[in-house]
Amino acid sequence: MELEAIYTIWLREIKRYLRAKERIISSLAMPIFWFLIFGSGMNIAMRLANTEVKYSDYIAPGIIAMALLFTSVSSGVSVIWDREFGFLKEMLVAPISRTSIVIGKSLGGATTALLQGLMIIGLSALFGVKFSLFSLVSLLPLMLLISIGFVNLGLIIASLMETIEGFQLIMNFVVMPLFFLSGALFPIDNLPYFLKIISLIDPLTYGVDAMRYIVLGASHLPFSISLSIITIFVFITSIIGAWVFNKKQ
Amino acid sequence: MIDVYAIETENLRKEFKNIVAVDDLNLKVNKGEIFGLLGPNGAGKTTTISMLCTILKPTSGKAFVNGYDVVKEQDKVRKSIGIVFQDPSLDDRLTARENLEMHASLYGVKEKKQRIKEVLELVELTEKADMLVKTFSGGMKRRLEIARGLVHHPEVLFLDEPTLGLDPQTRAHIWDYIRDLAKKENITIILTTHYMEEADSLCDRIAIIDHGKIIACDTSEKLKKTLKGESIILKVSDNKKAEKYLDNAKVFDGKIAVYVKNAEKEITKILFKLKRHKIDVYEVSIRKPSLNDVFLALTGREIRDEENNKKLIRRGPWS
Ligand SMILES: Nc1ncnc2c1ncn2[C@@H]1O[C@H](COP(=O)(O)OP(=O)(O)OP(=O)(O)O)[C@@H](O)[C@H]1O
Ligand SMILES: [Mg+2]
Repeated sequence: MELEAIYTIWLREIKRYLRAKERIISSLAMPIFWFLIFGSGMNIAMRLANTEVKYSDYIAPGIIAMALLFTSVSSGVSVIWDREFGFLKEMLVAPISRTSIVIGKSLGGATTALLQGLMIIGLSALFGVKFSLFSLVSLLPLMLLISIGFVNLGLIIASLMETIEGFQLIMNFVVMPLFFLSGALFPIDNLPYFLKIISLIDPLTYGVDAMRYIVLGASHLPFSISLSIITIFVFITSIIGAWVFNKKQ
Repeated sequence: MIDVYAIETENLRKEFKNIVAVDDLNLKVNKGEIFGLLGPNGAGKTTTISMLCTILKPTSGKAFVNGYDVVKEQDKVRKSIGIVFQDPSLDDRLTARENLEMHASLYGVKEKKQRIKEVLELVELTEKADMLVKTFSGGMKRRLEIARGLVHHPEVLFLDEPTLGLDPQTRAHIWDYIRDLAKKENITIILTTHYMEEADSLCDRIAIIDHGKIIACDTSEKLKKTLKGESIILKVSDNKKAEKYLDNAKVFDGKIAVYVKNAEKEITKILFKLKRHKIDVYEVSIRKPSLNDVFLALTGREIRDEENNKKLIRRGPWS
């Protein structure tokens, strides 16, 4: 294992993330918007596996998931920028394996997503969502797992894309549907049949549900099933990610 | 292995979909040389370098860098080379020092701090070390890239168009660094360029490359000697008369040009002849053929710098 190389690439992701302050701030705008409009404004109760929960509590895990999804996919896709601005070559010509680059990128991206997720947790607490210490501690590894999967997904997409022009397309046609169909904001039971199918294929659905279980103690699916599916998702995307990156770059 | 070349290729070839970018290239570069690949846009310089750096896989043929096979011993090749790519490859959201540190870590360099200090001094960027690279000028970025390529003590340094898009002053400055580091770091340097003066002033030997083929390879002096035409330019009292009495002479621009094989040898003969015919000589100069003339003679075309305006613009926004 090329630990030093992996650490170096990880560190670069973190530094780049922390330095883009405006981006961090603007990324908080949408979650605040959701909480304001739907969280505190609408005082409806949701039924979740035979328990009643406040809507703001219901969407809090969904909004955390949104932060994880957006941050991790875009840091995976950032390989395109590395390619466009040349830095990718610097990594590719170094005496390290492609796999180490993928691992470094993937862990780095996941760490930034985790930081972003933590900010949303803080934000939800401000909007009155309560987290026990236990739920906070158990959320972290779950969030990390979800993020790794989606950074890998971003990496795979980026490796297959030839140019940066497709970037906006990906954001609109992949990331947005992944988010809206994940049950982050409303239960997927109410969706039309074919959307529901997509929903069940969407890995984020299981991420949101597992987080809901941890935060609210109730979920649509058993926790063990969601967790297994996410783990499989991470496993598969890691393998494909490393393979595609090795092949394409 | 005795007598290992820094670079050795045997029929190295790269084909893209419908073009042959590098056409059975045979090249030998000695250790310690500054070796230039000179050729116009699209000649295959970058493709050649990419194969030598293990970024591109050859279609066929072989290449060895420091004796290591570029296909079978990628890691050994990579450890022993440094490279400055044609296009920028710095992370401009990090500082100069951070870029160097990252490089040092990727290459497992020991005593990083000391080495980074050394290379920063070499390119005179010590004072700017902690500034973000995006605040750097094009020349500073190029110097930083050169420094970065040196951090891990490579035996061979590749410089792909090191001064492309830089103004003449900055360019001359970078030439100084290159000469300086060739001396101080005791390494082999392979540089590509399509600037004649660059090849001429820096390189021990030059390979002229066109359409993926090497069409000539020698020292700049010898390349120019292959051309028969040196000329002696004279300002004399009577052009018409001089033209009549001298072989291969032509009047142009109010002066007379005499085409000879070896100007140094024949100049006395010519002056003597003119004196005998009572023609006064006011000025004499010798015009040696330039690399440009060599290229022209070999390909029937000129290497034109205007073609690169496109590139200048492309490099613009981030350099
Ligand atoms: N990835 C690629 N796919 C297809 N064709 C390519 C690719 N890379 C280079 N070529 C082609 O191969 C030829 C050689 O290109 P190369 O970049 O090696 O030239 P060069 O000598 O470096 O030119 P320049 O002075 O413009 O940098 C060109 O015709 C170019 O269009
Ligand atoms: Mg080139």
